[in-house]
Amino acid sequence: MLKTTSKMLLGVAFAGGLMMPHAFAETSLNALFMAQAAYSEADVRAMTEAFTKANPDIKVNLEFVPYEGLHDKTVLAQGSGGYDVVLFDVIWPAEYATNNVLVDVSSRITDEMKKGVLPGAWTTVQYDGKSYGIPWILDTKYLFYNKEILEKAGITAPPKTWDELSEQAKTIKDKGLLETPIAWSWAQAEAAICDYTTLVSAYRGEFLKDGKPDFQTGGGLDALNYMVASYKSGLTNPNSKEFLEEDVRKVFQNGEAAFALNWTYMYNLANDPKESKVAGKVGIVPAPGVAGKSDISAMNGSMGLGITSTSKSPDEAWKYVAFMTSQATQNEYAKLSLPIWASSYDDPAVTKGQEELIAAAKVGLAAMYPRPTTPKYQELSTALQQAIQEALLGQASPEDALKTAAENSGL
Amino acid sequence: MSGPFMTTRAWLLMLPLLAVMIAVIGWPLVDTIGLSFTNAKLVGTSGTFVGFDNYAKMLSSSNFQRTLYTTAWFAIVSVAVEMVIGVLTALLLNQEFHGRFILRALMILPWALPTVVNATLWRLIYNPEYGALNAALTQIGIIDSYRSWLGEPATAMTALIIADTWKNFPLVTLIALAALQAVPRDIRAAALVDGAGPFARFRFVTLPFIVGPLMVALVLRTIEAFKVFDIIWVMTRGGPANSTRTLSILVYQEAFSFQRAGSGASLALIVTLLVTVLAASYAVLVRKTAGSAR
Repeated sequence: MLKTTSKMLLGVAFAGGLMMPHAFAETSLNALFMAQAAYSEADVRAMTEAFTKANPDIKVNLEFVPYEGLHDKTVLAQGSGGYDVVLFDVIWPAEYATNNVLVDVSSRITDEMKKGVLPGAWTTVQYDGKSYGIPWILDTKYLFYNKEILEKAGITAPPKTWDELSEQAKTIKDKGLLETPIAWSWAQAEAAICDYTTLVSAYRGEFLKDGKPDFQTGGGLDALNYMVASYKSGLTNPNSKEFLEEDVRKVFQNGEAAFALNWTYMYNLANDPKESKVAGKVGIVPAPGVAGKSDISAMNGSMGLGITSTSKSPDEAWKYVAFMTSQATQNEYAKLSLPIWASSYDDPAVTKGQEELIAAAKVGLAAMYPRPTTPKYQELSTALQQAIQEALLGQASPEDALKTAAENSGL
Repeated sequence: MSGPFMTTRAWLLMLPLLAVMIAVIGWPLVDTIGLSFTNAKLVGTSGTFVGFDNYAKMLSSSNFQRTLYTTAWFAIVSVAVEMVIGVLTALLLNQEFHGRFILRALMILPWALPTVVNATLWRLIYNPEYGALNAALTQIGIIDSYRSWLGEPATAMTALIIADTWKNFPLVTLIALAALQAVPRDIRAAALVDGAGPFARFRFVTLPFIVGPLMVALVLRTIEAFKVFDIIWVMTRGGPANSTRTLSILVYQEAFSFQRAGSGASLALIVTLLVTVLAASYAVLVRKTAGSAR
């Protein structure tokens, strides 16, 4: 009896095994995104829905984490092979490539992509001559300003240099329009490094020279000195040192900042009357430059989509990545993040209603300054975050803080 | 029935549990100890043997020393405040009054909240632009303008301790309240007749009965507070300028953000050792107080 039963069970198992592939020909992909800036969660879901409609045999499970959790979650999932597709920041390819987190997709990139995508965008996903994904979010920090407040202060044009920005902010403060006119994201997080990098690019500083820290002198030091001066003068909102990008957006949307440094996504949200008190009054220009050194400043805050080395369905994953980064998809959702495709910037369907943003993007995206490319980026960044905060809080002079950061950077 | 038969049977009965314990606690612990003597990375290389290098580097780093101090400060202050408030509320809720059962049930709410929810809640309260604390204090007139509570090293730690205390004192209350049920009424009545005041009655009658359970609460809370991670991670991420970075956050950074599994493991074991020493010394204390209290 027992023998027959087990034989029968075996038979069922075999039959099932043979039939399964036909019954469930579906591939399931797990994709990791962030819930912060750029495309909204709703946008990503809608894009993915369009993809699964076109590819009914592929199922995509989406997961969203705050930017702060994106890197660690990706790395930790390596052990268990949790994700097929991950969103990654421009600062991670060096580390991901060194540690074999992402697969090299250079051979999969088509000529159409090579020709159509803005050349500067590719740096986002490359390390050591290889590509580890396709750029998806093309972004830099822009200077946002409140047109109404500037007008009330008698200022006719937004600042062209960082010194001019301080002067205009002082005018606004002196006229009693705002107590602290400038908002930044200087919390102990990567956001602070993005603002700092924008200034480093304006002052023509260098993060690394021959692989060794070089930010503690020259432009790197000038950049931190500017931040500290702006903070101590009272022109900068003192709460900036606990702000992330979303806090900056809230302050700006409430009309409590005349100037703010933030990503693309703030433009259309701050112009949305349902979200914002300053809708219709939002101005955007490339971040200012420094007289005699630079006309504008910009930093590469782009992100790409890549395939993990543990993915069991790299072909399907690539299909998904190619769909998400395609010109058609990106043009359709060009409100919170701008396309990687060069011709999109002259496409009326994309530019309509956000001409100012497109104008700023054309100049800004072409001048994007990179954060250092090193497998030890996380350590360097952590040390710099601490230095920035110590200098702002007056616990150390900018010189000493940056010197300590250079020593603790692991480089 | 006794003797070798009983012993064998006892061990046999415990075997399944022991096997599970070894699988989920023993093996990872041994693995971590092994890892701590290597320079392994989290992904990629499995590393080579480096002896006590990781330990020496960690113990001598100024980062570790500063973080140890921060953690100790957080643990000592928050646990002390939780114990005092916990016992006081327990005494209050032990009084007979209408509606005390509703209050007792409400008590548990903060403790039942997930830590992350609690942390997010307090972050909103402390928000420098629209937080309730700023609104309340300016309206009463204690401060004249909104300020940044979590952005200043001077206030960030205190703000965290308040948030943690609010969440965790109900545990002490619960344990104390349960212990208070065991205080015999006749002894309290006798003390009252003998003319003992409220403080004397608490010190000489109530306290000896509840000190044992309170020690248990103290041990639990100290260990938890020493390992604190989530509430701080959500509220300040260790900032500003690392003024609220605790040992667990340092372990997380070392092992996961910087991916140095080897030195991360050594740091984690140092923390484990510290907590074990604390727990052991408390255990001795509990035995002594339980023995001498009455």
